[in-house]
Order: sequence, then C-alpha cells, then structure tokens
Amino acid sequence: MNKPFIYRLDWVIIFCYFFLLFFGVINVYSSTYSNEITNTIGFNNQIVKQILFLFISISIGIFILGIRTQFFQQFSYIIYITSIISLIGLFIFGHPVNGATSWYVVGGTSIQPSEFAKIATGFIISRHLSNFQADIKNWKTLIIGILFILLPAFLIIIQPDPGSAIIFCSFFLVFFREGLSFSYLIFSAIAAILFVITLLFPLNYIVYLIILISLILLYFLKKSNPKIKIFPFISLGVAAILFVLSVNFIFNSVFQQRHRDRFNVMLGIIEDTKGLGYNINQSKIAIGSGGLSGKGFLQGTQTKGNFVPQQQTDYIFSTVGEEWGFIGSFSLIVVFVILIVRMLNQAGKQTNTFRRTFIYGISSLIFFHFTINIGMSLGLFPTVGIPLPFISSGGSSLLTFSLLIFIYLNFDANRLNDW
Amino acid sequence: MIRNYFLQTLTIIVAFIFTIRLLDLQLISSNYKSLSQNNAIIESPVFPDRGFIYDRNNKILVANQPGYDLMVIPENTIAFDTLELSKLLNITYKNFDLKFQKAMKFSSKIPSIIYGEISKERHAIIQEKLWKYQGFYLQKKSIRKYYYEVGSNILGYVNEANENDMLKDSYYQSGELIGRQGIEKYYENYLRGVKGKAFYQKDRFNRIIGPYEDGKINIKPIPASNVNLTIDIDLQIYGESLLKNKRGGIVAIEPETGEILALISAPSYDPNMLVGKERSSNYIKLSNDTISKPLFDRSLQAQYSPGSPFKVLNALIALQEGVISKKTRFTCNKGHFYARGAFMECHCSIGTNNNLISAIYQSCNTYFAKTYMDIINSKNSPSDGVNNWKNHLESFGLGKYLGYDLPIGQPGFIPNSNYYNKFYDKDGWKASTIISNSIGQGEILTTPIQMANLTAAIANRGFYITPHFMKSIKGNKKIKIYEKNKTSIDSIYFEPVIDAMEKVIQNGTAKIAKISGIEVCGKTGTVENFIKLEGEKTQLTDHSIFIAFAPKNNPKIALAVFIENGYWGSRWAAPIASLMIEKYINKSINRKWLEKLMLSGSLNDEYFKPLSGKPFNINE
Repeated sequence: MNKPFIYRLDWVIIFCYFFLLFFGVINVYSSTYSNEITNTIGFNNQIVKQILFLFISISIGIFILGIRTQFFQQFSYIIYITSIISLIGLFIFGHPVNGATSWYVVGGTSIQPSEFAKIATGFIISRHLSNFQADIKNWKTLIIGILFILLPAFLIIIQPDPGSAIIFCSFFLVFFREGLSFSYLIFSAIAAILFVITLLFPLNYIVYLIILISLILLYFLKKSNPKIKIFPFISLGVAAILFVLSVNFIFNSVFQQRHRDRFNVMLGIIEDTKGLGYNINQSKIAIGSGGLSGKGFLQGTQTKGNFVPQQQTDYIFSTVGEEWGFIGSFSLIVVFVILIVRMLNQAGKQTNTFRRTFIYGISSLIFFHFTINIGMSLGLFPTVGIPLPFISSGGSSLLTFSLLIFIYLNFDANRLNDW
Repeated sequence: MIRNYFLQTLTIIVAFIFTIRLLDLQLISSNYKSLSQNNAIIESPVFPDRGFIYDRNNKILVANQPGYDLMVIPENTIAFDTLELSKLLNITYKNFDLKFQKAMKFSSKIPSIIYGEISKERHAIIQEKLWKYQGFYLQKKSIRKYYYEVGSNILGYVNEANENDMLKDSYYQSGELIGRQGIEKYYENYLRGVKGKAFYQKDRFNRIIGPYEDGKINIKPIPASNVNLTIDIDLQIYGESLLKNKRGGIVAIEPETGEILALISAPSYDPNMLVGKERSSNYIKLSNDTISKPLFDRSLQAQYSPGSPFKVLNALIALQEGVISKKTRFTCNKGHFYARGAFMECHCSIGTNNNLISAIYQSCNTYFAKTYMDIINSKNSPSDGVNNWKNHLESFGLGKYLGYDLPIGQPGFIPNSNYYNKFYDKDGWKASTIISNSIGQGEILTTPIQMANLTAAIANRGFYITPHFMKSIKGNKKIKIYEKNKTSIDSIYFEPVIDAMEKVIQNGTAKIAKISGIEVCGKTGTVENFIKLEGEKTQLTDHSIFIAFAPKNNPKIALAVFIENGYWGSRWAAPIASLMIEKYINKSINRKWLEKLMLSGSLNDEYFKPLSGKPFNINE
C-alpha cells in the first residue's frame, strides 16, 4: 500500500516470465531454422511473428497493469459473451486449417479465439464464484459453473479441436480450491484409472476385478464397523461395471480411429514407430539424444532434419531436450514449477475472492498445459495438440498467456488495495 | 489446508515424474543417441580417384574418364514425353517405365539412377535435350579409360563390388568399384586408395540438407597411387599384332631384373569392352566364346608340353651331374632303339655323330634320350634319378607357381618318382619307360611364362628373378624387392649350352630368326599335341615353340613364344620371337618381308579343322 507500485510487482514471476519468453524464442528459432534454409524467401516468417507478438504482448501487458480489478470483475460477462460469439463466429468466418476451423485470418496473421476463451472463462468462473451468496457446495452454483466451462469447451470440440477443449477441465480445479468435495476428484480419478485399464485388459477380467475389490473392501469395512450397509457397495460396483462397459462402447463406437490410435500408442498396445507412433517416438529420440548438456543451439540433428512434426508448436520440448539436454530441460521444468507454485501461493494470500479464484484458475490452466504438453513430448501422454505456454510458436497462445501473467501481476500488486 | 496446497503438491509430483523420465531418456538409456544418428546423419563415402597405370617408359595406359548416370527425383518431375526420353536413352519404353516405377517406389524425394554409365558421346546428346525433362539430371562419376586396345590380360578390369566381395572384405559396399582381374585386382589396394567419409545432415524424408557439423568430422580419403608397370607398351602392341589370327602366347622378360616386358595372349580383347554400360553384355559374350577363349590367358594359364627347348635343360642337368661333358658324343641313325623293340625317331641322317653343341642346334632326339638315360641312371635307382632331376628343374621355376604379381596362373607339372610309382607300380619302370621327358614331351607341362623365365635364367647364366609386372608406384617407390633365385646349375655349365643356342640361329633349326647385328640365342620346339574329339584321342598339328634371348652377352630380353598348331618351331614361333627381339632392341624392323608374312599369317583354317566335323590331315 505504502510502497510504490514498482516494488509491489512480483519480480519472481516477471523473471520466470522473461526467462521462458527468451528460451521460447531461441527454441522456436532453432526448430524453424531448417525451414529457413529450404525456403528461398530468405526470411523466417515464424520467428519474426513470434517476436512481433512478444512485443505486442508486453505492450498490452504494461497497459493492463494500470487497470483496476473492478473493471475486470464488472466486464466479466461482456468479455465472456464476446468470447463465445467469437467462437460461434468461427463457423461462419473461420479459416479451416488441417480440417479444424479454429482460426480467423486477419491480414496474414491467424488468430485463435479458443486461446482467448481461456481468459474469458477464467474471468466468468471467478465472477461466478465471487458473487454474493455463491457457494460451490450448492448444486445450483456448481451446475452453472460447470455450464460456464462446458459451453466454450463444447464450441471448441465441434471445431473440432478436442485438445484445446480438454484444457478447460483445468477450471474444475478452482471449484475444489473453493470447497467442492474431493470425492468428485476421487471418483474422477477412479473413472480415469478404470478407463485406462479397460483399454489394456479384457473386459471380463475387469468386471471380476471390480466385484472382487468391492467384496474385499466390504469385508474389511464390515470388520471395523459392523453397522455399514451393503447397498452402497453393490450400487458402486454396478456403477463401476456399467462405466467400464460404457467406456468400452464409447471407445470403440464413438471415438474416431485416430483418437483410439493415440491412446493405443501411448499405452503401448500398438508399437508402430513409423506410422501412428512416429511423432512420439521421434520426440523421444530427440530428447534422449540430448544427453546431459545437449547438442547445442542449432546443432540438434533431429530438429534440423524436421523429424518431429509440429516441432515448433506442440513438440517444442523435444527441441529443448535435444539441444539443451538434461540441464536445459530440467531448468525449464524447475522454472515452470516456480511459476505455478509461486502463483498458487500468492493466490492464497488474496482476500478478494474474484482475484484469488482468477489467479488459481490461470495457475491450473498453466499447470494443465505444462503437464499435458511435456508429458506428451516425453511419451507419457497421448498426443494432444496443445502448446507449451510462453515457449511454443503461436501468437494467440503467447498473447493469451502473457495477458494472464500481466493480469496476475496487476492482481498481486494490488492485493492490499481496492476490493 | 489440503485445498490450499493441493495443486502445488500435484505440480511438484508431475515435475518429479518428468525429471525421472528425463533422467531415463537422456542419461540412462544410451540407445537414443545412436537412434538419432541413424535417423539424422547420412554417412556417405568419398572416393579418391583410382590410380593411373603407366608403362615402363611412362606412357599412360589407364586413366579415368567421366561417366554419367541419369538420375531422377520422381517428386520433381512434371508430365513428360516418356517415349521420347526412352528413345533418347536407347532403351525400350517398357524398360524405362519399369525403372521409373522402381525409382518412385524407392522414394519420391531421393535421387535414383534411371540409366547408369552413359558414354561421353551419348551424354552429349542427352545433355542437349535434358532441359525438357524436369526432375532428371546427369550425375558425373569416374570410370576407367584404357588408352590402348591391348594388354587386357595384364591390366584386368574394374566393376562394381558384389555380395561376395562384401563378404570377403567389409571395406566394400554395394556398387563400389573393385579391381576384377590382372593388375587392377592384384594391386587393388594401391590403385583404389582408401575412401573417406563425409557426413551429411538429412531430414525426415532422407533428403540431404547440408553438411553435418560443417564437415568437421569428415574423414579425408587417402589418395590412390599411380603405378608404373614393367610392360613396354610398344612391344606389347607389336606382339599382339603379330599374334593376330593365331592362338598362343608370348612372354618377354628382362633377364637382369625379372621385369616382364610383354605378356601376350591371343586371341584377346580390347580392355575398353569392359568399361561402362556394355560391360556385362560384352563380358558374357567373351566368356561364352568357348572356342577361342579370349578370357583365358594362354601365356599364364595354358600348360603345354615344352618340347625341344627342354633339351637345353636336360643338357645343363647332365653337365652339372657330370654324366656328359661338352665333348661327349652319341651316334644317331635316324633315331635309336632306347629299349628292346622301342625305337625313337630323329630327323638326323644315318651315322650322324653329334657332340653337345651340334646335338642342341640340330635338336637331336637320340643324343638327349641317351643323356637323359644317363641322368636317371646316375643315381642308385630310377626313383632317385627322377627326383634329383626334378629338383634341378624346380630350381628353374618349373612345376610350381612362379609367384609373379597377377592373380591367375598354373603351376605346370614335373613328374616325380611317386607319380611313376603310382602309374607303373613300384619298380615297374625305369629310365627308358619315361624317355619322352628327354625331349620335352611326356608328362611334363609348362606355361609360356615359365618357359620365358627359364630362358631368362639361362641368359643370366644361373639365376632368375621372379618375373613381375610392378615397376614402381608414385614414380619411383618399389613395393617389393625381388631377390635372385639361384638355379642348381653352376654358371660354368651354361657357356657351352649358350654357344649351342647361338648356333641354333647361326646354322641350326632357326636360321630364320637371325638378326644382323644382334647375337640371338634360342631353341626351337615342335610339340605333338592331342585333344579328345568325339571321345577319341586325336592328334592335332604340332605347336610351334621358340625360346630365345638376346644379345648373347649382357642379354636385354628373354622370351618364349608358343603358337598353337603352328607346326614346327621355326615356322611361326622363331620368326615372331626374332621380330619381337628386333623390335625391342633396335626399335624398328629391317626385315619387312618377314614382318609382313607374320602379321598377315593366319592359322584360322588350322583351328577350324577339328570343328568342321570332317576328317582332316595334320602337319601339312
């Protein structure tokens, strides 16, 4: 309050932010370097755009630092509705790329509204939870909150861009932070585990396993507390079996083959390093060949040879791994951890619900991107086409995450100020 | 509390899992590095230019010339007139289409050879029209060029390494050039150099996108060595022209050094036949010619009975063993009975009384049959006699591989006692049984190069240096020092024999070989020979043989000439040998009439006789 604004800024986050930006530009430059050689134009479009967007981001960001919190809170609905309209507008004015209508093309620059929808959704959730009388334990509040998340996610799924849509799940974490029972999370986790093992093992074994586990659980609980009832166990067991059966059905009938392939490759059901598993395999080779200290800037043979498709966007981490080795990759992970943990801790200090939930929301958003993107490059997740924040090439993504950081800096610096 | 730190904890757990995974991929698993190298680096060999081959007078025999491969990158082609292009290449449309499909199947982005080893002439025609065909280009490579149409049996040829070569020597990779016969094969390691390596960065379509690490780790090739052969190319050319329309061989050696001046086998072929596009079809043509056998090197591989020149050796052995002296005389009555009821004919008139000298220049069978009996009988048993005799012959390089520097050859054959024991039972034979050996018929087999070598040993008065073709590499460096091989005959015994060999030309069987101003020593031979014709042993016209060296003192050239079915020694072999000597020593021929006779002479009628299927007369 008493200190000048400049001292109230979170310089740890600023440092992390600029580190990531710098590292990002270097790696995007390297992974598009070979394109420059083969193109006779002599100018590397992608890196120029990236740097251009970097300056735009910082300029807008500095402007954002001066905006009062109430402005965001009051305009949340308008921002959200604008964002939803921009998503709907894609179906009319959008520019299809690789079969997905995810882009507006304005003057040679592509803009991806689903990126900006992340900010808008962050605002609307925070606004929703900071409303007077809002209580996440209340069904009504929960369902409206879920709808706020599902609406943009649905519009993005039908573009179709399911990878970006998955990211919106990160906002559910905000609900848990704000008091939603963790049993939802536990059930979700169990569902996820059941989903994976359904794909890995024959159906009848899983059914037997569920019955067996239910009975063992019942036996031990009954021993410690004889009053416990049988009915919930039966219903839970039946629900689990139904879930498994439906997973089987959905996976085989609703999913498209390419989605199935991604899971199958990740789970090792399909070993196909030339075809379906090509991306992940090449990414692993690139990262693995980096060794301790990497091959050096512009020296990555995998990177130069364009072996990893989409390397400057979704698979940028493979460039990091190849050219900067374990030291570079580990440093990057550490900086991300500092960034996320620091923002979460700072969020905890906020007394204003809108600001707290917003910071929490964007932290989980970055966490999701971080986990899924690097996990995918390391072959731990199926291929999901989402960028690594601040690092991947792509103007919309860079701008979005930059704005989020500057909004955070604003909120954090004004923690003790205006309500 | 849980709610406050839930996501922080989750973040750290995720980061921990990522770190473990990174440790595994980057520091523990070692195979990713090699995987990425296989993936992204192309190792491409850099070939040094194959070494040139020169003759003893620094005349160039073999060099390299550009050959061209027509390459295609299928991806870059646009619709083109396939028919016209296949006509341009002189192949059928179907063939062309097949090759193009194959290239496409291999890769649409990587260049493939559509048509290889295009000659310079055709290259010019194709080059002119190639602009019409986008995606096609000509790639230069180095192929052999032979400056003369001769010496193919010495030089050998070069072609692409096959699986067998790769199994034998892991140095070679498919399609690489390898020396295939002759000098090209024997001195392969010197002529090829050692290939280097260039590393290129490739992309995921296997296209080369630039040097790897700016070529810092490239390995430079070790350049090949140019070599000088001992061959005198002018003599080689002259020899080959003399053997036109004849079958046989000429081997000429410089006695003092063992250097082979010329090695001629007839019929032969132009070495340029085995270069470039037509190599394989020409090779098949040559190897299918089972009648004249152009790929068969008669001067190295053909094993003939040596005939009368062998008398010279028997004389030397007899002198060394002390069974005769220069003055020993034997009487000949148009031959003699060498055993009861066994008569050996001779062309001497009745009552001829020859000493050693006249026996040699008259080529008296009787004299040498008797001498030979004495050689064999001078030991305790015929077995010991034969074995001792064989030892003498082996010291002249007979009955074994000579050890010259070409990859092919034959050892010839000199029988020993075991051979006869097996044939006639132990003690079932004596000197008279094997009397044919005395006059170079019988079981003895020699190759022309062995005969030339023993002539050199006589010229040297008792030693020879292993004949060889390699004079020096890189101008003056010797690869191998050849030592003297001493014969078992003391040098004093050579003089009377050499005197007699001079008389052979002065007033003996080979007066036609006389060259004014040069003292030539020689010995004629007329060799009976047989083939199996329709299962029956059939005698053919005799082989014409001559060995000679000149000048008598300080000899410069020793040679052996074999002319198959040339009848008697002085009919073909002696004049050809004397022309070779004249050519080598005088550099020009005075006896034009003789030269003309030999150049134009043909024995093709003679060779046709056994093939005609009709009865024929020999020695006419």
